[in-house]
Amino acid sequence: MTMQEGDASVSSVISAKNLSLTFETNDGPVHALKDVTLDINKGDFVSFIGPSGCGKTTFLRVMADLEKPTAGEITVNGVSPEEARKARAYGYVFQHAGLYPWRTIGGNIRLPLEIMGVDKATQNQRVTEVLELVHLDGFEKKYPWQLSGGMQQRASIARALAFHADILLMDEPFGALDEIVRDHLNEQVLDLWARTNKTIGFVTHSIPEAVFLSTKIVVMSPRPGRITDVIESTLPRERPLEIRDSKEFIEIAHRVRDGLRAGHGDD
Amino acid sequence: MKNAVPVLSVLAVIVAAWWLAVAPMNIRPALDIAERGGAVVVPEGSVPRRDVSVWKLMLDNPGQVAVGYDLKRPRLPTPSQVGEELWKTTGAMVAKGRTWSKRSLVYHAWVTLQSTLWGFMLGTTIGILGAVAIVYSRVMDMSVMPWAIISQTVPIVALAPMIIVVSNQIGIDGRGVPKAIISAYLCFFPVLVSMVKGLRSPTAQQLDLLKTYNTNGFQSFFKLRLPASVPFLFTALKVGIAAALVGTIVGELPTGAISGLGARILIGDQFGTPLAIWSALICAAILAGALVTLIDVLQRITLRRMGFHT
Repeated sequence: MTMQEGDASVSSVISAKNLSLTFETNDGPVHALKDVTLDINKGDFVSFIGPSGCGKTTFLRVMADLEKPTAGEITVNGVSPEEARKARAYGYVFQHAGLYPWRTIGGNIRLPLEIMGVDKATQNQRVTEVLELVHLDGFEKKYPWQLSGGMQQRASIARALAFHADILLMDEPFGALDEIVRDHLNEQVLDLWARTNKTIGFVTHSIPEAVFLSTKIVVMSPRPGRITDVIESTLPRERPLEIRDSKEFIEIAHRVRDGLRAGHGDD
Repeated sequence: MKNAVPVLSVLAVIVAAWWLAVAPMNIRPALDIAERGGAVVVPEGSVPRRDVSVWKLMLDNPGQVAVGYDLKRPRLPTPSQVGEELWKTTGAMVAKGRTWSKRSLVYHAWVTLQSTLWGFMLGTTIGILGAVAIVYSRVMDMSVMPWAIISQTVPIVALAPMIIVVSNQIGIDGRGVPKAIISAYLCFFPVLVSMVKGLRSPTAQQLDLLKTYNTNGFQSFFKLRLPASVPFLFTALKVGIAAALVGTIVGELPTGAISGLGARILIGDQFGTPLAIWSALICAAILAGALVTLIDVLQRITLRRMGFHT
Protein backbone atom coordinates (compact mmCIF):
# COMPACT_ATOMS: atom_id res chain seq x y z
CA MET A 1 0.00 0.00 0.00
CA THR A 2 1.20 3.48 -0.79
CA MET A 3 -0.28 5.04 2.33
CA GLN A 4 2.33 6.85 4.43
CA GLU A 5 1.89 8.22 7.92
CA GLY A 6 1.34 11.99 7.90
CA ASP A 7 1.53 12.30 4.17
CA ALA A 8 -1.52 14.40 3.26
CA SER A 9 -0.75 13.86 -0.38
CA VAL A 10 -2.19 16.66 -2.53
CA SER A 11 -3.54 14.26 -5.07
CA SER A 12 -5.39 12.12 -2.52
CA VAL A 13 -9.13 12.58 -3.06
CA ILE A 14 -10.45 9.97 -0.65
CA SER A 15 -8.42 8.89 2.32
CA ALA A 16 -9.53 6.30 4.87
CA LYS A 17 -7.52 5.37 7.93
CA ASN A 18 -8.37 2.46 10.25
CA LEU A 19 -12.00 2.83 9.27
CA SER A 20 -14.48 0.52 11.02
CA LEU A 21 -18.24 0.21 10.92
CA THR A 22 -20.12 -2.14 13.19
CA PHE A 23 -23.85 -2.70 12.90
CA GLU A 24 -25.56 -3.73 16.12
CA THR A 25 -28.08 -6.44 15.38
CA ASN A 26 -30.13 -8.80 17.53
CA ASP A 27 -27.62 -11.54 16.78
CA GLY A 28 -24.75 -9.42 18.05
CA PRO A 29 -22.46 -6.95 16.30
CA VAL A 30 -21.74 -7.31 12.58
CA HIS A 31 -18.38 -5.97 11.52
CA ALA A 32 -19.19 -4.56 8.09
CA LEU A 33 -15.81 -2.84 7.94
CA LYS A 34 -12.77 -3.34 10.14
CA ASP A 35 -9.57 -1.29 10.09
CA VAL A 36 -9.84 -0.31 6.47
CA THR A 37 -7.06 1.96 5.26
CA LEU A 38 -6.96 3.20 1.69
CA ASP A 39 -6.01 6.19 -0.41
CA ILE A 40 -7.68 7.07 -3.67
CA ASN A 41 -5.84 9.55 -5.84
CA LYS A 42 -7.26 12.05 -8.25
CA GLY A 43 -8.15 10.48 -11.56
CA ASP A 44 -8.01 6.94 -10.19
CA PHE A 45 -10.48 4.31 -11.26
CA VAL A 46 -10.79 2.15 -8.17
CA SER A 47 -12.80 -1.06 -8.14
CA PHE A 48 -13.94 -2.76 -4.97
CA ILE A 49 -14.40 -6.46 -5.42
CA GLY A 50 -15.33 -9.20 -3.03
CA PRO A 51 -18.11 -11.61 -2.04
CA SER A 52 -21.36 -10.43 -0.47
CA GLY A 53 -20.90 -9.11 3.03
CA CYS A 54 -17.31 -7.99 2.49
CA GLY A 55 -18.28 -4.38 3.07
CA LYS A 56 -17.57 -3.04 -0.42
CA THR A 57 -20.93 -1.31 -0.72
CA THR A 58 -20.76 -0.17 2.90
CA PHE A 59 -17.35 1.39 2.21
CA LEU A 60 -18.75 3.26 -0.78
CA ARG A 61 -21.74 4.40 1.27
CA VAL A 62 -19.41 5.68 4.00
CA MET A 63 -17.59 7.76 1.38
CA ALA A 64 -20.98 9.13 0.32
CA ASP A 65 -22.07 9.85 3.91
CA LEU A 66 -24.95 7.42 3.55
CA GLU A 67 -23.49 5.43 6.47
CA LYS A 68 -21.51 6.72 9.45
CA PRO A 69 -18.32 4.88 10.44
CA THR A 70 -18.09 3.77 14.06
CA ALA A 71 -14.31 4.22 14.27
CA GLY A 72 -11.40 5.57 12.27
CA GLU A 73 -11.09 8.53 9.95
CA ILE A 74 -12.13 9.26 6.41
CA THR A 75 -11.84 12.39 4.34
CA VAL A 76 -13.33 13.16 0.93
CA ASN A 77 -11.69 16.09 -0.86
CA GLY A 78 -9.90 16.80 2.40
CA VAL A 79 -13.12 17.24 4.41
CA SER A 80 -15.55 14.90 6.18
CA PRO A 81 -17.93 12.89 3.98
CA GLU A 82 -20.84 14.92 5.35
CA GLU A 83 -19.26 18.21 4.31
CA ALA A 84 -18.36 16.70 0.96
CA ARG A 85 -21.94 15.54 0.47
CA LYS A 86 -23.28 18.96 1.35
CA ALA A 87 -20.83 20.47 -1.13
CA ARG A 88 -22.19 17.97 -3.71
CA ALA A 89 -18.70 16.60 -4.27
CA TYR A 90 -19.76 13.30 -5.78
CA GLY A 91 -22.31 11.72 -8.06
CA TYR A 92 -23.70 8.38 -6.93
CA VAL A 93 -24.98 5.63 -9.22
CA PHE A 94 -27.05 2.92 -7.57
CA GLN A 95 -27.54 -0.68 -8.56
CA HIS A 96 -30.97 0.11 -9.93
CA ALA A 97 -31.38 3.11 -12.20
CA GLY A 98 -34.28 4.36 -10.05
CA LEU A 99 -35.40 6.92 -12.62
CA TYR A 100 -38.63 8.70 -11.72
CA PRO A 101 -41.34 7.22 -13.94
CA TRP A 102 -43.16 10.56 -14.05
CA ARG A 103 -40.17 12.40 -15.47
CA THR A 104 -38.69 12.15 -18.93
CA ILE A 105 -35.04 11.19 -19.29
CA GLY A 106 -34.23 14.89 -19.56
CA GLY A 107 -36.43 15.60 -16.54
CA ASN A 108 -34.63 12.94 -14.52
CA ILE A 109 -31.26 14.45 -15.36
CA ARG A 110 -32.60 17.89 -14.43
CA LEU A 111 -33.65 16.61 -10.99
CA PRO A 112 -30.32 17.27 -9.21
CA LEU A 113 -29.92 20.53 -11.11
CA GLU A 114 -33.37 21.74 -10.02
CA ILE A 115 -32.60 20.79 -6.43
CA MET A 116 -29.29 22.63 -6.60
CA GLY A 117 -30.94 25.72 -8.07
CA VAL A 118 -29.16 25.71 -11.42
CA ASP A 119 -30.76 28.09 -13.93
CA LYS A 120 -32.84 26.82 -16.85
CA ALA A 121 -30.38 27.63 -19.62
CA THR A 122 -27.54 25.83 -17.86
CA GLN A 123 -29.87 22.89 -17.14
CA ASN A 124 -30.65 22.49 -20.82
CA GLN A 125 -27.01 22.72 -21.77
CA ARG A 126 -25.99 20.14 -19.13
CA VAL A 127 -28.71 17.73 -20.21
CA THR A 128 -27.49 17.83 -23.79
CA GLU A 129 -23.90 17.50 -22.67
CA VAL A 130 -24.34 14.46 -20.39
CA LEU A 131 -26.76 12.67 -22.70
CA GLU A 132 -24.05 12.88 -25.34
CA LEU A 133 -21.49 11.52 -22.84
CA VAL A 134 -23.55 8.38 -22.23
CA HIS A 135 -24.60 8.11 -25.89
CA LEU A 136 -28.27 8.79 -25.28
CA ASP A 137 -28.54 11.80 -27.60
CA GLY A 138 -32.12 12.25 -28.73
CA PHE A 139 -33.69 10.41 -25.80
CA GLU A 140 -34.33 13.52 -23.73
CA LYS A 141 -38.09 13.49 -24.25
CA LYS A 142 -38.55 9.76 -23.73
CA TYR A 143 -39.96 8.28 -20.54
CA PRO A 144 -37.99 5.64 -18.61
CA TRP A 145 -40.35 2.80 -19.55
CA GLN A 146 -39.57 3.45 -23.21
CA LEU A 147 -35.88 2.58 -22.60
CA SER A 148 -34.14 -0.76 -22.07
CA GLY A 149 -32.52 -1.59 -18.72
CA GLY A 150 -29.05 -0.73 -20.01
CA MET A 151 -30.22 2.60 -21.39
CA GLN A 152 -31.95 3.42 -18.11
CA GLN A 153 -28.73 2.75 -16.24
CA ARG A 154 -26.85 5.01 -18.66
CA ALA A 155 -29.44 7.71 -18.02
CA SER A 156 -28.85 7.30 -14.29
CA ILE A 157 -25.10 7.75 -14.90
CA ALA A 158 -25.89 10.88 -16.89
CA ARG A 159 -27.95 12.09 -13.92
CA ALA A 160 -24.91 11.58 -11.65
CA LEU A 161 -22.68 13.47 -14.09
CA ALA A 162 -25.03 16.41 -14.59
CA PHE A 163 -23.79 18.56 -11.74
CA HIS A 164 -20.07 18.20 -12.57
CA ALA A 165 -18.93 16.52 -9.37
CA ASP A 166 -15.31 15.39 -9.58
CA ILE A 167 -15.99 12.07 -7.92
CA LEU A 168 -18.26 9.36 -9.30
CA LEU A 169 -19.28 6.54 -6.95
CA MET A 170 -20.93 3.55 -8.61
CA ASP A 171 -22.46 0.70 -6.63
CA GLU A 172 -22.71 -2.38 -8.88
CA PRO A 173 -24.30 -0.28 -11.59
CA PHE A 174 -24.32 -3.09 -14.16
CA GLY A 175 -25.04 -5.96 -11.77
CA ALA A 176 -28.57 -6.44 -13.07
CA LEU A 177 -27.66 -6.33 -16.78
CA ASP A 178 -26.73 -9.13 -19.14
CA GLU A 179 -23.13 -9.66 -20.16
CA ILE A 180 -23.30 -8.24 -23.67
CA VAL A 181 -24.86 -5.01 -22.47
CA ARG A 182 -22.38 -4.98 -19.63
CA ASP A 183 -19.35 -5.19 -21.96
CA HIS A 184 -20.72 -2.36 -23.98
CA LEU A 185 -21.35 -0.19 -20.94
CA ASN A 186 -17.89 -0.97 -19.54
CA GLU A 187 -16.34 0.44 -22.69
CA GLN A 188 -18.54 3.50 -22.42
CA VAL A 189 -17.58 4.05 -18.79
CA LEU A 190 -13.90 3.92 -19.71
CA ASP A 191 -14.52 6.40 -22.51
CA LEU A 192 -16.39 8.66 -20.12
CA TRP A 193 -13.63 8.43 -17.53
CA ALA A 194 -11.00 9.33 -20.14
CA ARG A 195 -13.03 12.33 -21.31
CA THR A 196 -13.99 13.72 -17.91
CA ASN A 197 -10.95 12.71 -15.85
CA LYS A 198 -13.13 11.96 -12.86
CA THR A 199 -12.12 9.93 -9.85
CA ILE A 200 -14.28 6.82 -9.88
CA GLY A 201 -15.13 4.35 -7.12
CA PHE A 202 -16.76 1.25 -8.57
CA VAL A 203 -18.25 -1.69 -6.68
CA THR A 204 -18.53 -4.97 -8.55
CA HIS A 205 -18.32 -8.69 -8.08
CA SER A 206 -17.16 -9.43 -11.59
CA ILE A 207 -13.41 -10.06 -11.86
CA PRO A 208 -13.15 -9.23 -15.61
CA GLU A 209 -15.12 -6.03 -15.06
CA ALA A 210 -12.84 -4.95 -12.21
CA VAL A 211 -9.65 -5.73 -14.13
CA PHE A 212 -10.87 -4.17 -17.36
CA LEU A 213 -11.91 -0.89 -15.78
CA SER A 214 -9.56 -0.16 -12.93
CA THR A 215 -6.25 1.49 -12.26
CA LYS A 216 -6.50 0.09 -8.76
CA ILE A 217 -8.35 -3.02 -7.64
CA VAL A 218 -9.26 -3.34 -3.98
CA VAL A 219 -9.93 -6.95 -3.02
CA MET A 220 -12.09 -7.33 0.08
CA SER A 221 -13.27 -10.24 2.18
CA PRO A 222 -16.04 -10.69 4.73
CA ARG A 223 -16.38 -11.35 8.49
CA PRO A 224 -15.05 -8.85 9.28
CA GLY A 225 -15.22 -6.75 6.11
CA ARG A 226 -11.63 -5.88 5.32
CA ILE A 227 -9.16 -5.20 2.52
CA THR A 228 -7.03 -8.23 1.68
CA ASP A 229 -5.15 -6.90 -1.36
CA VAL A 230 -4.74 -3.71 -3.34
CA ILE A 231 -3.59 -4.28 -6.91
CA GLU A 232 -2.20 -1.43 -9.00
CA SER A 233 -3.07 -2.25 -12.58
CA THR A 234 -0.25 -2.23 -15.10
CA LEU A 235 -2.64 -1.99 -18.05
CA PRO A 236 -2.55 1.21 -20.11
CA ARG A 237 -5.35 3.71 -19.57
CA GLU A 238 -6.59 3.17 -23.08
CA ARG A 239 -8.16 -0.30 -23.19
CA PRO A 240 -9.93 -1.93 -26.10
CA LEU A 241 -12.15 -4.92 -25.24
CA GLU A 242 -9.51 -7.24 -26.77
CA ILE A 243 -7.13 -6.37 -23.95
CA ARG A 244 -8.96 -9.00 -21.97
CA ASP A 245 -7.15 -11.67 -23.96
CA SER A 246 -3.71 -10.23 -23.17
CA LYS A 247 -1.26 -11.99 -20.88
CA GLU A 248 -1.13 -8.98 -18.54
CA PHE A 249 -4.89 -8.91 -18.13
CA ILE A 250 -5.00 -12.61 -17.34
CA GLU A 251 -2.21 -12.23 -14.77
CA ILE A 252 -4.00 -9.44 -12.95
CA ALA A 253 -7.27 -11.36 -13.04
CA HIS A 254 -5.39 -14.30 -11.57
CA ARG A 255 -4.06 -12.23 -8.72
CA VAL A 256 -7.54 -10.90 -7.99
CA ARG A 257 -8.91 -14.43 -7.93
CA ASP A 258 -6.13 -15.54 -5.57
CA GLY A 259 -6.90 -12.61 -3.28
CA LEU A 260 -10.58 -13.50 -3.23
CA ARG A 261 -9.82 -17.14 -2.52
CA ALA A 262 -7.39 -16.30 0.30
CA GLY A 263 -10.01 -14.10 1.98
CA HIS A 264 -12.59 -16.81 1.58
CA GLY A 265 -10.39 -19.68 2.82
CA ASP A 266 -12.27 -20.25 6.03
CA ASP A 267 -15.62 -21.25 4.49
CA MET B 1 -64.75 1.11 -24.13
CA LYS B 2 -63.66 -2.53 -24.19
CA ASN B 3 -65.11 -2.67 -20.67
CA ALA B 4 -68.61 -2.09 -22.02
CA VAL B 5 -69.34 -5.71 -22.96
CA PRO B 6 -68.48 -7.30 -19.59
CA VAL B 7 -70.15 -4.47 -17.68
CA LEU B 8 -73.34 -4.76 -19.74
CA SER B 9 -73.30 -8.56 -19.44
CA VAL B 10 -73.17 -8.35 -15.66
CA LEU B 11 -75.94 -5.74 -15.75
CA ALA B 12 -78.07 -8.03 -17.92
CA VAL B 13 -77.60 -10.92 -15.47
CA ILE B 14 -78.57 -8.71 -12.54
CA VAL B 15 -81.70 -7.42 -14.31
CA ALA B 16 -82.69 -10.97 -15.28
CA ALA B 17 -82.25 -12.21 -11.70
CA TRP B 18 -84.23 -9.24 -10.47
CA TRP B 19 -87.01 -9.91 -12.96
CA LEU B 20 -87.21 -13.57 -11.95
CA ALA B 21 -87.27 -12.66 -8.27
CA VAL B 22 -90.40 -10.57 -8.79
CA ALA B 23 -92.59 -13.71 -9.11
CA PRO B 24 -91.94 -15.23 -5.64
CA MET B 25 -91.68 -11.82 -4.01
CA ASN B 26 -95.07 -10.65 -5.25
CA ILE B 27 -97.02 -13.91 -5.35
CA ARG B 28 -98.92 -13.27 -2.07
CA PRO B 29 -100.28 -9.78 -2.90
CA ALA B 30 -100.92 -11.01 -6.46
CA LEU B 31 -103.07 -13.89 -5.18
CA ASP B 32 -104.93 -11.55 -2.80
CA ILE B 33 -105.82 -9.28 -5.68
CA ALA B 34 -106.74 -12.15 -8.01
CA GLU B 35 -108.98 -13.65 -5.33
CA ARG B 36 -110.72 -10.35 -4.78
CA GLY B 37 -111.22 -10.16 -8.53
CA GLY B 38 -113.06 -13.49 -8.44
CA ALA B 39 -110.33 -15.87 -9.53
CA VAL B 40 -110.02 -19.31 -7.97
CA VAL B 41 -106.94 -19.50 -5.79
CA VAL B 42 -105.48 -22.50 -3.93
CA PRO B 43 -105.68 -22.38 -0.95
CA GLU B 44 -108.47 -19.91 -0.44
CA GLY B 45 -108.04 -16.89 1.85
CA SER B 46 -104.88 -14.94 2.56
CA VAL B 47 -104.58 -16.21 6.16
CA PRO B 48 -104.27 -19.92 5.29
CA ARG B 49 -101.87 -18.95 2.50
CA ARG B 50 -99.41 -17.56 5.06
CA ASP B 51 -98.36 -21.09 6.00
CA VAL B 52 -97.71 -22.13 2.41
CA SER B 53 -94.31 -21.43 0.82
CA VAL B 54 -94.17 -19.02 -2.09
CA TRP B 55 -92.84 -21.80 -4.33
CA LYS B 56 -95.88 -23.99 -3.68
CA LEU B 57 -98.20 -21.02 -4.22
CA MET B 58 -96.58 -20.39 -7.58
CA LEU B 59 -96.85 -24.05 -8.57
CA ASP B 60 -100.50 -24.28 -7.49
CA ASN B 61 -101.55 -21.01 -9.12
CA PRO B 62 -99.48 -20.69 -12.29
CA GLY B 63 -102.17 -18.54 -13.93
CA GLN B 64 -101.85 -15.79 -11.31
CA VAL B 65 -98.07 -15.37 -11.32
CA ALA B 66 -98.31 -12.76 -14.05
CA VAL B 67 -100.50 -10.58 -11.81
CA GLY B 68 -97.42 -10.05 -9.61
CA TYR B 69 -95.73 -8.26 -12.48
CA ASP B 70 -98.34 -5.53 -12.61
CA LEU B 71 -99.08 -4.50 -9.03
CA LYS B 72 -99.62 -0.90 -7.95
CA ARG B 73 -97.78 -1.46 -4.68
CA PRO B 74 -95.51 -4.42 -5.30
CA ARG B 75 -93.20 -5.82 -2.68
CA LEU B 76 -90.57 -5.95 -5.39
CA PRO B 77 -91.26 -3.80 -8.44
CA THR B 78 -90.19 -5.08 -11.84
CA PRO B 79 -87.24 -3.47 -13.61
CA SER B 80 -89.59 -1.91 -16.13
CA GLN B 81 -91.82 -0.46 -13.38
CA VAL B 82 -88.76 1.10 -11.77
CA GLY B 83 -87.54 2.34 -15.14
CA GLU B 84 -90.91 3.91 -15.79
CA GLU B 85 -91.02 5.54 -12.35
CA LEU B 86 -87.45 6.75 -12.83
CA TRP B 87 -88.38 8.33 -16.13
CA LYS B 88 -91.53 9.91 -14.69
CA THR B 89 -89.51 11.54 -11.89
CA THR B 90 -86.57 12.63 -14.02
CA GLY B 91 -86.78 12.96 -17.80
CA ALA B 92 -90.52 13.58 -17.89
CA MET B 93 -90.24 16.24 -15.17
CA VAL B 94 -87.46 17.97 -17.07
CA ALA B 95 -89.56 17.84 -20.25
CA LYS B 96 -92.43 19.50 -18.39
CA GLY B 97 -90.09 22.19 -17.07
CA ARG B 98 -90.48 20.97 -13.50
CA THR B 99 -86.85 19.93 -13.03
CA TRP B 100 -86.59 21.53 -9.58
CA SER B 101 -89.96 20.36 -8.31
CA LYS B 102 -89.98 18.47 -4.99
CA ARG B 103 -91.26 15.44 -6.89
CA SER B 104 -88.32 15.46 -9.26
CA LEU B 105 -85.44 13.09 -8.56
CA VAL B 106 -83.15 15.45 -10.43
CA TYR B 107 -83.75 17.95 -7.64
CA HIS B 108 -83.15 15.36 -4.90
CA ALA B 109 -80.07 13.99 -6.63
CA TRP B 110 -78.71 17.54 -6.89
CA VAL B 111 -79.22 18.08 -3.15
CA THR B 112 -77.40 14.83 -2.43
CA LEU B 113 -74.66 15.57 -4.94
CA GLN B 114 -73.88 18.94 -3.37
CA SER B 115 -73.39 17.48 0.09
CA THR B 116 -71.43 14.60 -1.41
CA LEU B 117 -69.02 16.94 -3.14
CA TRP B 118 -68.55 19.10 -0.04
CA GLY B 119 -68.01 15.99 2.05
CA PHE B 120 -65.65 14.59 -0.56
CA MET B 121 -63.56 17.76 -0.63
CA LEU B 122 -63.49 17.97 3.15
CA GLY B 123 -62.70 14.27 3.56
CA THR B 124 -60.01 14.30 0.87
CA THR B 125 -58.34 17.35 2.40
CA ILE B 126 -58.38 15.81 5.88
CA GLY B 127 -57.13 12.51 4.46
CA ILE B 128 -54.22 14.08 2.56
CA LEU B 129 -53.16 16.42 5.38
CA GLY B 130 -53.47 13.59 7.89
CA ALA B 131 -51.33 11.35 5.71
CA VAL B 132 -48.63 14.02 5.40
CA ALA B 133 -48.64 14.47 9.17
CA ILE B 134 -48.44 10.73 9.75
CA VAL B 135 -45.60 10.24 7.28
CA TYR B 136 -43.54 13.10 8.65
CA SER B 137 -44.22 12.70 12.35
CA ARG B 138 -43.72 9.54 14.32
CA VAL B 139 -45.90 10.91 17.10
CA MET B 140 -48.76 11.43 14.65
CA ASP B 141 -48.19 7.97 13.21
CA MET B 142 -48.50 6.39 16.65
CA SER B 143 -51.40 8.56 17.85
CA VAL B 144 -53.61 9.37 14.84
CA MET B 145 -53.50 6.14 12.86
CA PRO B 146 -55.12 3.90 15.52
CA TRP B 147 -57.90 6.45 16.02
CA ALA B 148 -58.49 6.72 12.31
CA ILE B 149 -58.99 2.97 12.20
CA ILE B 150 -61.23 2.97 15.30
CA SER B 151 -63.30 5.80 13.79
CA GLN B 152 -64.33 3.49 10.97
CA THR B 153 -65.57 0.79 13.31
CA VAL B 154 -68.25 3.11 14.74
CA PRO B 155 -71.46 2.51 12.76
CA ILE B 156 -72.15 5.69 10.83
CA VAL B 157 -75.93 5.24 11.29
CA ALA B 158 -75.40 5.57 15.04
CA LEU B 159 -73.16 8.59 14.67
CA ALA B 160 -75.15 10.51 12.06
CA PRO B 161 -78.02 11.67 14.32
CA MET B 162 -75.52 12.85 16.93
CA ILE B 163 -73.61 14.91 14.41
CA ILE B 164 -76.86 16.53 13.31
CA VAL B 165 -77.98 17.24 16.88
CA VAL B 166 -74.60 18.69 17.81
CA SER B 167 -74.38 20.91 14.75
CA ASN B 168 -77.91 22.15 15.46
CA GLN B 169 -76.88 22.91 19.04
CA ILE B 170 -73.94 25.00 17.96
CA GLY B 171 -76.18 26.99 15.68
CA ILE B 172 -75.54 25.60 12.22
CA ASP B 173 -78.71 26.00 10.18
CA GLY B 174 -79.84 23.50 7.63
CA ARG B 175 -78.61 20.03 6.96
CA GLY B 176 -75.90 20.78 4.39
CA VAL B 177 -73.05 21.07 6.88
CA PRO B 178 -73.79 18.06 9.09
CA LYS B 179 -74.43 15.95 5.98
CA ALA B 180 -71.10 16.99 4.54
CA ILE B 181 -69.39 16.14 7.85
CA ILE B 182 -70.96 12.67 7.92
CA SER B 183 -69.95 12.23 4.31
CA ALA B 184 -66.39 13.37 5.02
CA TYR B 185 -66.25 11.00 7.98
CA LEU B 186 -66.60 8.04 5.64
CA CYS B 187 -64.55 9.53 2.84
CA PHE B 188 -61.37 10.60 4.64
CA PHE B 189 -60.33 7.12 5.68
CA PRO B 190 -59.53 5.47 2.33
CA VAL B 191 -57.73 8.66 1.26
CA LEU B 192 -55.68 8.71 4.47
CA VAL B 193 -54.65 5.07 4.23
CA SER B 194 -53.77 5.24 0.54
CA MET B 195 -51.88 8.50 0.84
CA VAL B 196 -49.81 7.19 3.74
CA LYS B 197 -48.92 4.25 1.54
CA GLY B 198 -48.28 6.49 -1.48
CA LEU B 199 -46.11 8.99 0.38
CA ARG B 200 -44.11 6.09 1.75
CA SER B 201 -43.81 4.38 -1.63
CA PRO B 202 -40.38 5.85 -2.59
CA THR B 203 -37.67 3.23 -2.05
CA ALA B 204 -34.72 3.60 0.31
CA GLN B 205 -32.54 4.00 -2.78
CA GLN B 206 -34.65 6.89 -4.09
CA LEU B 207 -34.39 8.61 -0.71
CA ASP B 208 -30.63 7.97 -0.58
CA LEU B 209 -30.29 9.52 -4.01
CA LEU B 210 -31.92 12.71 -2.80
CA LYS B 211 -29.64 12.69 0.22
CA THR B 212 -26.60 12.66 -2.06
CA TYR B 213 -27.95 15.87 -3.61
CA ASN B 214 -28.25 17.36 -0.11
CA THR B 215 -31.99 17.79 -0.71
CA ASN B 216 -34.10 19.55 1.91
CA GLY B 217 -37.40 18.24 3.24
CA PHE B 218 -39.62 20.43 1.09
CA GLN B 219 -37.82 19.45 -2.08
CA SER B 220 -38.00 15.74 -1.31
CA PHE B 221 -41.72 16.10 -0.58
CA PHE B 222 -42.59 17.97 -3.76
CA LYS B 223 -40.13 16.27 -6.09
CA LEU B 224 -40.40 12.70 -4.85
CA ARG B 225 -43.02 11.78 -2.27
CA LEU B 226 -45.93 13.76 -3.66
CA PRO B 227 -45.62 12.74 -7.33
CA ALA B 228 -44.95 9.14 -6.29
CA SER B 229 -48.23 9.14 -4.35
CA VAL B 230 -50.44 10.32 -7.24
CA PRO B 231 -51.44 6.84 -8.51
CA PHE B 232 -52.34 5.88 -4.93
CA LEU B 233 -54.34 9.07 -4.54
CA PHE B 234 -56.60 8.40 -7.50
CA THR B 235 -57.35 4.86 -6.42
CA ALA B 236 -58.33 6.29 -3.04
CA LEU B 237 -60.45 9.05 -4.59
CA LYS B 238 -62.57 6.47 -6.39
CA VAL B 239 -63.32 4.66 -3.16
CA GLY B 240 -63.62 7.99 -1.36
CA ILE B 241 -66.27 9.52 -3.61
CA ALA B 242 -68.44 6.42 -3.38
CA ALA B 243 -68.05 6.47 0.40
CA ALA B 244 -68.93 10.18 0.45
CA LEU B 245 -72.15 9.47 -1.43
CA VAL B 246 -73.09 6.66 0.96
CA GLY B 247 -72.28 9.00 3.87
CA THR B 248 -74.54 11.71 2.51
CA ILE B 249 -77.43 9.32 1.95
CA VAL B 250 -77.03 7.92 5.47
CA GLY B 251 -76.95 11.50 6.71
CA GLU B 252 -80.28 12.13 5.01
CA LEU B 253 -82.00 9.08 6.52
CA PRO B 254 -82.50 9.67 10.23
CA THR B 255 -82.87 13.40 10.22
CA GLY B 256 -86.35 14.16 9.12
CA ALA B 257 -84.85 15.57 5.97
CA ILE B 258 -87.30 16.07 3.15
CA SER B 259 -84.91 16.52 0.27
CA GLY B 260 -82.10 14.33 -1.00
CA LEU B 261 -82.08 10.75 -2.21
CA GLY B 262 -81.77 9.40 1.34
CA ALA B 263 -84.91 11.30 2.35
CA ARG B 264 -86.76 9.87 -0.67
CA ILE B 265 -85.79 6.36 0.39
CA LEU B 266 -86.99 6.96 3.97
CA ILE B 267 -90.22 8.61 2.87
CA GLY B 268 -90.86 5.83 0.38
CA ASP B 269 -90.43 3.34 3.20
CA GLN B 270 -92.72 5.22 5.59
CA PHE B 271 -95.48 5.69 3.00
CA GLY B 272 -95.19 2.19 1.62
CA THR B 273 -94.26 3.21 -1.90
CA PRO B 274 -91.55 0.79 -2.94
CA LEU B 275 -91.40 2.32 -6.41
CA ALA B 276 -90.13 5.58 -4.89
CA ILE B 277 -87.52 3.69 -2.86
CA TRP B 278 -86.32 1.75 -5.82
CA SER B 279 -86.10 4.66 -8.20
CA ALA B 280 -84.19 6.69 -5.59
CA LEU B 281 -81.88 3.73 -5.09
CA ILE B 282 -81.23 3.30 -8.79
CA CYS B 283 -80.74 7.04 -9.10
CA ALA B 284 -78.12 6.90 -6.31
CA ALA B 285 -76.38 4.01 -8.06
CA ILE B 286 -76.30 5.93 -11.35
CA LEU B 287 -74.92 8.97 -9.53
CA ALA B 288 -72.20 6.87 -7.85
CA GLY B 289 -71.31 5.26 -11.18
CA ALA B 290 -71.06 8.64 -12.86
CA LEU B 291 -68.83 10.06 -10.10
CA VAL B 292 -66.48 7.08 -10.07
CA THR B 293 -66.27 7.14 -13.86
CA LEU B 294 -65.47 10.84 -13.78
CA ILE B 295 -62.56 10.24 -11.39
CA ASP B 296 -61.41 7.30 -13.46
CA VAL B 297 -61.22 9.54 -16.53
CA LEU B 298 -59.35 12.20 -14.54
CA GLN B 299 -56.96 9.49 -13.34
CA ARG B 300 -56.21 8.30 -16.86
CA ILE B 301 -55.64 11.80 -18.16
CA THR B 302 -53.46 12.84 -15.21
CA LEU B 303 -51.31 9.72 -15.13
CA ARG B 304 -50.82 9.80 -18.87
CA ARG B 305 -49.81 13.45 -18.78
CA MET B 306 -47.44 12.71 -15.90
CA GLY B 307 -45.83 10.02 -18.04
CA PHE B 308 -46.84 6.99 -15.99
CA HIS B 309 -47.01 3.92 -18.16
CA THR B 310 -50.46 2.50 -17.50
